[in-house]
Amino acid sequence: MNGRRTFLRGFLSVLLSGGAIGGILKILPSEADAREAPPKGQKWYGFGVSVDKCIGCARCMEACKNENNVPREPFFFRTWVERYITRKNGITVVKAIGPNEEPSPEVASDKSILRSFFVPKLCNQCASPPCVQVCPVGATFQTKDGVVLVNETTCIGCRYCIQACPYGARYLHPVTRTADKCTFCYHRISHALLPACVEVCPTQARIFGDLNAAASPMSRFLRMNKIHVLKPGLNTEPKVYYANLDGEVR
Amino acid sequence: MNPEFLHTLQDLLPQIQGYIYPNEIEIHWGLLIVVYPYITGVVAGAFILASLVKVFNVREVQPLYRLSLLTALAYLLVAPMALVAHLGHPERFYEILLTPQTSSAMAMFGFVYAWYLMAVLLLEVWFVHRTDMIAWAEQEKGVMRLIHRTLALYSRDTGDRAVAFDHKALRVITIVGIPSAFLLHGYVGFIFGSIKANPWWSSVLIPIVFLFSAIVSGVALVILLYMVITPLTGGKISMRCVDKAVDFLFYAVIVDFSLELVDFIHRVYQSEEEIKILSEMVMSKLFESLIIVQVLLGMLIPLTLISLTKIFRKRFGLNEDLRKMVYFISVILIQFGIFATRWNVVIGGQMFSKSFRGLTTYKMGFGGIEGLLFALLLLALPIVILAVLMKILPPWKEMHGEAAPEGVEVASSSS
Repeated sequence: MNGRRTFLRGFLSVLLSGGAIGGILKILPSEADAREAPPKGQKWYGFGVSVDKCIGCARCMEACKNENNVPREPFFFRTWVERYITRKNGITVVKAIGPNEEPSPEVASDKSILRSFFVPKLCNQCASPPCVQVCPVGATFQTKDGVVLVNETTCIGCRYCIQACPYGARYLHPVTRTADKCTFCYHRISHALLPACVEVCPTQARIFGDLNAAASPMSRFLRMNKIHVLKPGLNTEPKVYYANLDGEVR
Repeated sequence: MNPEFLHTLQDLLPQIQGYIYPNEIEIHWGLLIVVYPYITGVVAGAFILASLVKVFNVREVQPLYRLSLLTALAYLLVAPMALVAHLGHPERFYEILLTPQTSSAMAMFGFVYAWYLMAVLLLEVWFVHRTDMIAWAEQEKGVMRLIHRTLALYSRDTGDRAVAFDHKALRVITIVGIPSAFLLHGYVGFIFGSIKANPWWSSVLIPIVFLFSAIVSGVALVILLYMVITPLTGGKISMRCVDKAVDFLFYAVIVDFSLELVDFIHRVYQSEEEIKILSEMVMSKLFESLIIVQVLLGMLIPLTLISLTKIFRKRFGLNEDLRKMVYFISVILIQFGIFATRWNVVIGGQMFSKSFRGLTTYKMGFGGIEGLLFALLLLALPIVILAVLMKILPPWKEMHGEAAPEGVEVASSSS
């Protein structure tokens, strides 16, 4: 009687503590559900942005909204372009340019401006995506080729992923009531087409390709430029690479 | 697409200060998510108060024991409603229970909640009331008899061995319950604290701050309920009991306040990248809710008031009514303070841009699921549930009893 009781007690406590420890081990590393970069030969998509080439024409935003049925209202973006104007007094002013909105050219004659540039933004398709880590139902996931997608049929709309994204890349789609974000135009790239924004960019400020390919515009971009990513300190390992990125950009 | 919603966002545009990422205009976690940690906090706090009686044998607060258990249960039943209601797809909420992703802190909610409800609260409530339910059923007729019979799960044994087992079980449940209550609310804090993208939330202290503010809100609420319900039901407020409970409340507020102060000092001293935008936010958008309501009204004034009753012990000791009034005002102020704390964490964490360059605004609606009316409804619902629970499991004998030193209550003889 006593032996059985002791055994049961021991067994239960092992079961409980084992479960707890296992659970913690599974939760702890944010990489738990992220994939390591696959070996050569398998596709691992990345994106390049040449900050110096962007002219702020906003065609990328327009193309993206058309291609992906993103609501037209200026609160929902899969990609957007920021304009930075740093004045000689050290103050930097940032503005997101609207779709179909050509930036005003008068800044060229404004002598108080130290430097000014455009920065296209989009989902960074992080290799260690915090949004995937926090999704309670696994509706946000990472594909084998490294693209983070949202399954809109299982997303419950809790918006935890929106909170977890350090880049503001996600929004709640007002029609589907699920999280939405840039997919690198997954429906296009899986047919060997370029993402819509890359396709329409008139200055080739946006480059897309397989990071594992030996010879591609993407690998050339990474070879020929000094590269930086956004918020590297958060260890999200973004796969959107910026050439000539200014320190003011966050 | 809801044109009204788009209109609301349009109205927010001119109120944006500085630069925010274009997707950040909408505050995604609104009033409902403020209500949620407030309610779970009450659950955890009320349970801790109940365990003071059972585990730490604080006899003076015995009149609060059943009341706090029922309060915890009433609030726990409402907690998930706020969560489910705020989802974009409430009808899919069961996915979080059926196919949870183990790396998600939020997905653990179902388990933590179920554990707390099933393994702790319901069990404890059942064991506490079992013999009473049997006794009540014997004296009653009709529906109430059936209810008590069923709730007692048709157990009839009131022999010494059965009662002894009840007490033993209660003790074990409470001992398991304390870490569970800590888990329940510490875990809610972790949901926020583990978001590295958000420097307002991302802090190891957040779960602990949540825990202590939970104890504060729960204890204060039970005291408030006790002071309101007892006279209404023809009983007399036991000042020995209230004095003791306020004592605990006092220390909990001090710990809570110190923790938040440590967090504040730490942030200001470290002065990282985000400090500029955060201080701008605290001084403008959060000034009323943080500086005035949370710190001044919710902490400093109650602390001062309660300290006064301690410093001028003689005067207050003689005048029970004066003491009662001071306590009453304090616990109400504390409730507002803790609600403001939740507000400042949840809403504050979304009012600044993750570009650290600007602030957005939260515009609370009146009607609708995310509106004020629904939130008030959710806040009132636990009181209604509590009234029903008190009808079914009347705690009057215990509540109206003077905090006797020993052996008056059936359920209190566990020592």
